[in-house]
Amino acid sequence: MTISGAPELNALTRTWRDTDPTSDLDIRLTDTCLRDGSHHKRHQFTGEEVRSIIAALDEAGVPVLEVTHGDGLGGSSFNYGFSKTPEQELIKIAAETAKQAKIAFLMLPGVGVKDDILAAQGNGGSICRIATHCTEADTAEQHFRLARERSLETVGFLMMSHTQPPEVLAKQARIMVDSGCQCVYVVDSAGALILEGVSDRVAAVVAEIGHEATVGFHGHENLDLGAGNTVMAVRAGATQIDGSVRRFGAGAGNTPLDAFVGICDKLGWKTGVDFLKIIDASEDVVRPAMPEECRLDRMTMMMGYAGVYSSFLKHAGNAAERYGVSGARILAEAGKRKLIGGQEDQLIDIALLLKAENEAQQEA
Amino acid sequence: MSRKLTAAIVGPGNIGTDLMYKLLRSDVIEPRWMIGVDPDSPGLGRARDKGLVASAEGVDWLLKQDELPDFIFEATSAYIHREYAPRYAEAGIRAVDLTPAAVGPAVIPAVNGDEHAGAGNVNMITCGGQATIPMVAAVSRATPVSYAEIVASVASLSAGPGTRQNIDEFTRTTAAGVETIGGAAQGKAIIILNPAEPPMIMRDTIFCAVGADVDRDAITASVHAMVKAVQDYVPGYRLLQEPQFDDPSDATRGATKVSVFIEVEGAGDFLPPYSGNLDIMTAAATRAGEGMARAILGGN
Repeated sequence: MTISGAPELNALTRTWRDTDPTSDLDIRLTDTCLRDGSHHKRHQFTGEEVRSIIAALDEAGVPVLEVTHGDGLGGSSFNYGFSKTPEQELIKIAAETAKQAKIAFLMLPGVGVKDDILAAQGNGGSICRIATHCTEADTAEQHFRLARERSLETVGFLMMSHTQPPEVLAKQARIMVDSGCQCVYVVDSAGALILEGVSDRVAAVVAEIGHEATVGFHGHENLDLGAGNTVMAVRAGATQIDGSVRRFGAGAGNTPLDAFVGICDKLGWKTGVDFLKIIDASEDVVRPAMPEECRLDRMTMMMGYAGVYSSFLKHAGNAAERYGVSGARILAEAGKRKLIGGQEDQLIDIALLLKAENEAQQEA
Repeated sequence: MSRKLTAAIVGPGNIGTDLMYKLLRSDVIEPRWMIGVDPDSPGLGRARDKGLVASAEGVDWLLKQDELPDFIFEATSAYIHREYAPRYAEAGIRAVDLTPAAVGPAVIPAVNGDEHAGAGNVNMITCGGQATIPMVAAVSRATPVSYAEIVASVASLSAGPGTRQNIDEFTRTTAAGVETIGGAAQGKAIIILNPAEPPMIMRDTIFCAVGADVDRDAITASVHAMVKAVQDYVPGYRLLQEPQFDDPSDATRGATKVSVFIEVEGAGDFLPPYSGNLDIMTAAATRAGEGMARAILGGN
């Protein structure tokens, strides 16, 4: 296989290949529908849904499956939505169900704490993914250290990567790797990056940390570029790739993992996932667990356009309905205010201001 | 009351310097010493300019002086305060601790300041705690709170290395304060560091789960009264919206959800106004120290 522009993949050290030296995959895929899809599902997954989705994706050969509340460990809250089933229970079910796949979990410093990581490990999670806003990597140092001390595999997420230029992301990736992170993801949380916007960022991170760690990419579909952006990421040197079967993720959803497996087959990139099995899983197992398809509409397109954190979608919708204002305008204002992941509470304040504005106009 | 008690500020950084400007305006406390460990610290220079005795020889130097302060305001780190707190106590010096060391009882001046006016060591919890716990307490004064959750958003620039490296400590300490001082049966805290330019002013949201048939007007009145009480020492503490009430549903786990939205703008004494999170710490520490000073002076 040749990927133009990619560094010598097998020269990398301290990577996921260390955990499985026999792996001959070109790209290691992570399905995140049971984490990112938690937003679309309003955090209402049942144990049975998790069991059936894990079983199907494990059977299809997806090597990593992420399971957590959408906002990471400890995310069950008023601000982000309460979980129907405790996430630790879901992680346990996933770990018990998977035969070959590793179970990953997400945590955001400031939302979850170290004890949550230990609990997730106790329940069978083996890959600890720690997400910070892409300028705040130093808030994750203690968590990376703990995870490595406990022999967890570590992944760092630089969220809202569209807000910073490649060189800033590279420096932040360096902070993560120096803290013990084994793979840094460029995360397009808002689905706002366009093609070279992805490859330039991934390339800069590869140049900074590529000899010590792998680089990943996590995309969203808000401007309909999830799969295209992900191909660009791989060509720039990303070897770990996120997606969600049937796009089942926040906003307009993630890079469709099922379609991406097909793309990889056609490009000759070995993923170890069986295309027929994953499209069957998508249709027969994942779709029934989805409240509706993830789709492009004015709300999700506005998120990509205004650079808004994808998980704001349902919360902006709730606030719009509750206060009778335009959801798209709430999202546009969230972009203008430069809100970042975690600030869902501010959407209510925005809705109240828009309502007051509307009332003032009606009186005038 | 013309007599003032004396104070030393330990830690001439941004917080210590901002605190100095606030203590210089106090009726009952006179800041007389600024203690650091780096002779080149600009904070020591600023303290000298304001007429304080500034030393770079640390607390060991201070404790060897013939005249000791009545108060030490600790603006260093939890590690240092834990080490020195016993020696302050031994020397009969009261401590107001702005670090997360939590050696003494936690104090939110508007809520439980009077309770601990006689304490030898008080702790100021966290900036997020100072901003949000008063609102939890306001709701729980009106009705029982089964669960309270606070979301503190601060400008990245205003979060120093201490906060960043100990972000778990922030969430745990704040959540504990939401329970013990705020009065919620269960507490949760979330902190967000936002790098937006220009820097955002500190914002806090407080969610409380209360009963289905609560007296909403009583809660609203209690919130307004508490905002006033905090404004007494933090003039930039503002309610952004009227408290919001969401009817019980599955999404609220069957409770009535009360939402309170706060903004905290700093006084700009030394720190920039956006860093209301730091201002509320120095303002609360000043107010807590003054309460302790009044208890002593009044007792004479």
